[in-house]
Amino acid sequence: MVKAVAELCEKIHDTVARLDDTQPVRIMEVCGTHTMSVARNGLRSLLPEPLRLISGPGCPVCVTDQSYIDSAVALAKRPGVIVATYGDMVRVPGRSGSLADARAAGGEVEVVYSADQAVELARDNPDSRVVFLGVGFETTAPGTALAVKRASEEDVRNFSVFTAHKLIVPAMRALLSSPDIRIDGFLCPGHVSVILGWGAYESLVKEFSAPCVVAGFDPAQILSGIAEILRQLEAGESAACSVYPAVTREGNRRAMELLDEVFVADPAVWRALGKIPDSGLELRDEYARFDAARQLDLPESESYELPGCRCGDVICGRCRPRDCGLFGTQCTPREPVGPCMVSSEGACAAAYKYEAPAAATER
Amino acid sequence: MMRGGYIELAHGGGGQLTSELLDEVILPAVGGQQPDKLTDAAVFETAGKAAFTTDTFVIRPLEFPGGDIGKLAVCGTVNDLAVCGATPRYLSLALVLREGLEIDLLRRVLASAAAEARDAGVTIVTGDTKVVERDACDGMIINTAGIGEILPGARLGFERIRAGDRVLLSGPPGEHAIAVMSRRERLSFSSEVVSDCCSIHRPALELVERLGERVRFMRDPTRGGLAATLTEIAEATGRDVEIDESAIPVNRAAEAAAEMLGLDLLSAANEGKLVAVVAEDAAEQAREMLAGHEISARAAVIGTVGAAGGLVEMITRVGGRRVIQKPYGEQLPRIC
Repeated sequence: MVKAVAELCEKIHDTVARLDDTQPVRIMEVCGTHTMSVARNGLRSLLPEPLRLISGPGCPVCVTDQSYIDSAVALAKRPGVIVATYGDMVRVPGRSGSLADARAAGGEVEVVYSADQAVELARDNPDSRVVFLGVGFETTAPGTALAVKRASEEDVRNFSVFTAHKLIVPAMRALLSSPDIRIDGFLCPGHVSVILGWGAYESLVKEFSAPCVVAGFDPAQILSGIAEILRQLEAGESAACSVYPAVTREGNRRAMELLDEVFVADPAVWRALGKIPDSGLELRDEYARFDAARQLDLPESESYELPGCRCGDVICGRCRPRDCGLFGTQCTPREPVGPCMVSSEGACAAAYKYEAPAAATER
Repeated sequence: MMRGGYIELAHGGGGQLTSELLDEVILPAVGGQQPDKLTDAAVFETAGKAAFTTDTFVIRPLEFPGGDIGKLAVCGTVNDLAVCGATPRYLSLALVLREGLEIDLLRRVLASAAAEARDAGVTIVTGDTKVVERDACDGMIINTAGIGEILPGARLGFERIRAGDRVLLSGPPGEHAIAVMSRRERLSFSSEVVSDCCSIHRPALELVERLGERVRFMRDPTRGGLAATLTEIAEATGRDVEIDESAIPVNRAAEAAAEMLGLDLLSAANEGKLVAVVAEDAAEQAREMLAGHEISARAAVIGTVGAAGGLVEMITRVGGRRVIQKPYGEQLPRIC
């Protein structure tokens, strides 16, 4: 692997030198696991200066709108409700605190590893309403779909899903359409693409002529993806493809059918990106009785930005984590202000945890 | 004869039930003394300079792959003494038992504490037992305090660390955290990971005995793991520490489990590992000495102390550079 990495780095350095652009090449990854692998392996230190590797809206917690956090916290404070959630959501602060604060104040918040565990929780607590926070992209959504189907088949009436599931391609389209954001190519997510197939990015390539290359998560995979994007840019090409052998053009048809059976695409509000058409997943009417939004009379919550927090700019590639005035001072992993610092896959958490203060401002 | 299989509040009342618990369960396991020898304090001799430490152990589950709270309570205190360059001699053992605790579980825990103490060459000389109501604690809590005799040649401390000194680690990091976490979360995929819970005084003291003041500093990296110990060294000395990731020993099963859970092995707790900072010219000798003990057979030289800076930097396996930060709070399982 070390030899492969060294060779890829040489190739990347050579290509970037030949590109001879006046502006840096901007490649965006849209996957929390890529964000972490890049940071943990110190890959930015191996890349040439005129190449910017930007962490986009790939962390599920980071793209979740504040209004959703506030509603979830309100739910957790309701007597008789157990909020079941993936761990990363627990500490994201909202207007009236985080889920962790709600739990400290007596609310019931349970961390689960899968949606199915939330159904189990509902079965074990028949006198409570278990609300599962359905957060994440095409990777976690099929798990939620299976859980809803199971709850339906086994008639687990006290289980429901508060869905904020999102689709990655509409967000990539929104970024490419933004006049003030320049992205030269996308390093597409490995896990999501196993489900979606790399064919899902073809429409973007056609519309915006930006290379979309799927890569896996080890350093050699990530660098291969970057090298392929650079190759296309140098040759004046743009194509959707994958350097990750696990990903096919068609993806996992069964998982996609499952999503289609349980969910329907609807407009969703993203942090910083606002409302994007057909970018969210809502439960179909057949499953309305498991839809927390329709069953539990949620309070109206508005969308807003946390004061001073630039998480929105970070996930759009408008600024780097350390450009935010709160980074490392008011906002740290211990006392996070924004979700990008809370989430273990957030760009700010990665920068704080793995990047040396001096080196980080360079790239 | 003890009646019933569970601890009752009356077992802590100081009366007949307390005597029964002591005579039939606790003393046979860890005391070996007759009740009439039970005085209010232990009296013993020490030679020269002594080290004194205390630690309280709370862990869920009480029994985990590779150990239990009893073994942990003895190892923890033995290790704290050893990394100060002290030969562990005497321990106290105080139990806080929850009403309803299975007496058989208590017997197992005490037997394992006693076995570990025998093996480590420490004597449990004093103790205490309290019983609390059901909701007051999780099963049981153990406090141990320990006294050890400082080896004559020991000169250990942050202030003795110099530029060029080498950092050694006795084995793969994070095994205890992964073993406990996987039992707690009932994760079958990582069931093969066993806690590293053990007493490390033999390899630690051999370093001091044979290398003398060329051993600068030792620490057992428990909570906060290797990352906490390294950042503490950097902060306390104001020097950079450079770590070579490819030199850090790896437990593949623990690594796979950590990957799935989104946990960082470098920040994960150990209960039987040693970090030692030694002079450059003693590094290879120190590694060989550690490797001669089964519990530190995979010891490695993992890094170098630099000049001023105060940052821990790591050269990653693929040659990239990144920092190691002081861990913060609990690590949460990630989403995908």
